[in-house]
Amino acid sequence: MLNIALPKGRLGENVYSLFEKAGFECPEVTEKSRKLIFENAEKGIRYFWVKPSDVAIYVERGAADIGVAGKDILLEYEPDVYELFDLNIGNCNMAVASIAGFRDNPQKTLRVATKFSNIAKRYYSSIGRDIDIIHLNGSIELAPLLNLSDVIVDIVETGSTLKANNLKVINTIFPISARLIANKSSYKFNDTVINELVSRLAKQQ
Amino acid sequence: MNSVYLKDEEKAIFALRALYQKYGYMPYKMCKFEEYDLYLKNKDFLISDNIITFTDTDGRLMALKPDVTLSIIKNFNDINGSVKRVYYNENVYRAPKGTENFKEIMQSGLECIGNIDDYTIYEVLMLAAESLNTVSCDYVIDISHLGIVSSIIDEQDLSDEIKKQVMKCIGEKNLSELCAIEKRENIDLSKVKELNATYGSLDKVLPFLNSLSCTKEVTQLIKILTALEKSGYKGKVRIDFSIISDMKYYNGFVFKGFINGIPSSVLSGGQYDRLMKKMKRNEQAIGFAIYLDMLEILDENSQAYDADTVILYDENTDIDAVNEAVKRFSKNGKSVTAQRILPENSRFKQVVKLSKGGAEILENNA
Repeated sequence: MLNIALPKGRLGENVYSLFEKAGFECPEVTEKSRKLIFENAEKGIRYFWVKPSDVAIYVERGAADIGVAGKDILLEYEPDVYELFDLNIGNCNMAVASIAGFRDNPQKTLRVATKFSNIAKRYYSSIGRDIDIIHLNGSIELAPLLNLSDVIVDIVETGSTLKANNLKVINTIFPISARLIANKSSYKFNDTVINELVSRLAKQQ
Repeated sequence: MNSVYLKDEEKAIFALRALYQKYGYMPYKMCKFEEYDLYLKNKDFLISDNIITFTDTDGRLMALKPDVTLSIIKNFNDINGSVKRVYYNENVYRAPKGTENFKEIMQSGLECIGNIDDYTIYEVLMLAAESLNTVSCDYVIDISHLGIVSSIIDEQDLSDEIKKQVMKCIGEKNLSELCAIEKRENIDLSKVKELNATYGSLDKVLPFLNSLSCTKEVTQLIKILTALEKSGYKGKVRIDFSIISDMKYYNGFVFKGFINGIPSSVLSGGQYDRLMKKMKRNEQAIGFAIYLDMLEILDENSQAYDADTVILYDENTDIDAVNEAVKRFSKNGKSVTAQRILPENSRFKQVVKLSKGGAEILENNA
């Protein structure tokens, strides 16, 4: 049985459609129910929805053999997994943003509000900038508006939330998309079926 | 001794000891502590940066061993052209990645130090496979040759930073990121991408190996894999270039072992001539470690019942009667616990109550 962790939400639904088209269907997944695990015994696959940021943990710890996680999560937590395929959906950017017209004063420590502390630390260390990380769990855009931080490091999809709050992207750090990941040990014992999925997904692009 | 009482990792220790001794490996017992300086000088060689340190009575900064290999190299005398073979079974102390606390990790393994030839490499790989076989027959050993990986990467004139990124991609089997680097840096990584996609048994990988120019390493890999397959390990040993170890310390063969049902590698090893050189030793070396603490994931039986039988008695029951019942129900290696009341949150195959009329079976869950 191949266990597949999908990220809850619209991205996960889109991912499931791709998997379904690739012949890895499980009709129960799309039915409205309170079930947590969906199984297609005939195909030997089992799906479950998890919080997007938890997919990598399920896969790294082997509760799921494969899963789909954003590149942002993979770079933030650096799980020990195989990154087998770029699904090229859920495209957005990891970016630095601040109030429009913000001037970075290099004489001062830069206050950075973010959910992605490791990514922010690595980025600013690569450019040699002294920063103070303010780890937040949500509503990151609020931080510069209330002078809690100078800038934010966050995911920018369309930029409309930023625009509505007079915020502007200063720098794009890296592009993000959904990636198919696999547990390293599971891959050794299920490589034929996982590689088949990868090649069928590739044909859809 | 009845092996029913042993946990899987304890059974494995006995089996591994017998296996290694059969091939002439000598047991190696070492002190729990080592001077911290040894680890500080070779920090990147360690799996984890975190080390438990303390000041010894003479003021020296000591560490609880996070690793065994460094101590073995340090304590070895010159070998004079032969191969010194040792095995160990030691507890090491480190904070594994993703955990916030130190853990005591039971580790077994072996090291060969001296003039390492192809037979020795074959023997170590064969013993790695046999070590996993003592735990489960559903295992795989994935083998890479760092000489091949580095010669393919070195064909491109890459900066150290890009080289590091390429190695990371190979370790993740990350084709899309390799394509992104290729595009961003305007370089040709087609051979690296081919290497990244190569995985499987020798016959599957052979066309790729034959297309390479680094003949010495390729010949050695083919020779040793052929020998392993001939010895009955076909389907169990595979070539996987995503097995990446730090090239500052490792060279040549590197390998990892996996058991179906355990989510990460349980065995890790390789040739570490570069570490030897760094520690000012002229000999070559190869070895592996097997992480026995991970075997408890497979040990499903141990959690099924707290004991086979619980015997319930009251204050009026005679000691002899309880003793006799315990003896009777513990025959044939069964476990028994005598209790005044049924313990909460516990599971027993059968619940027996002692009364004047004798032993009465109240529940039978077997």
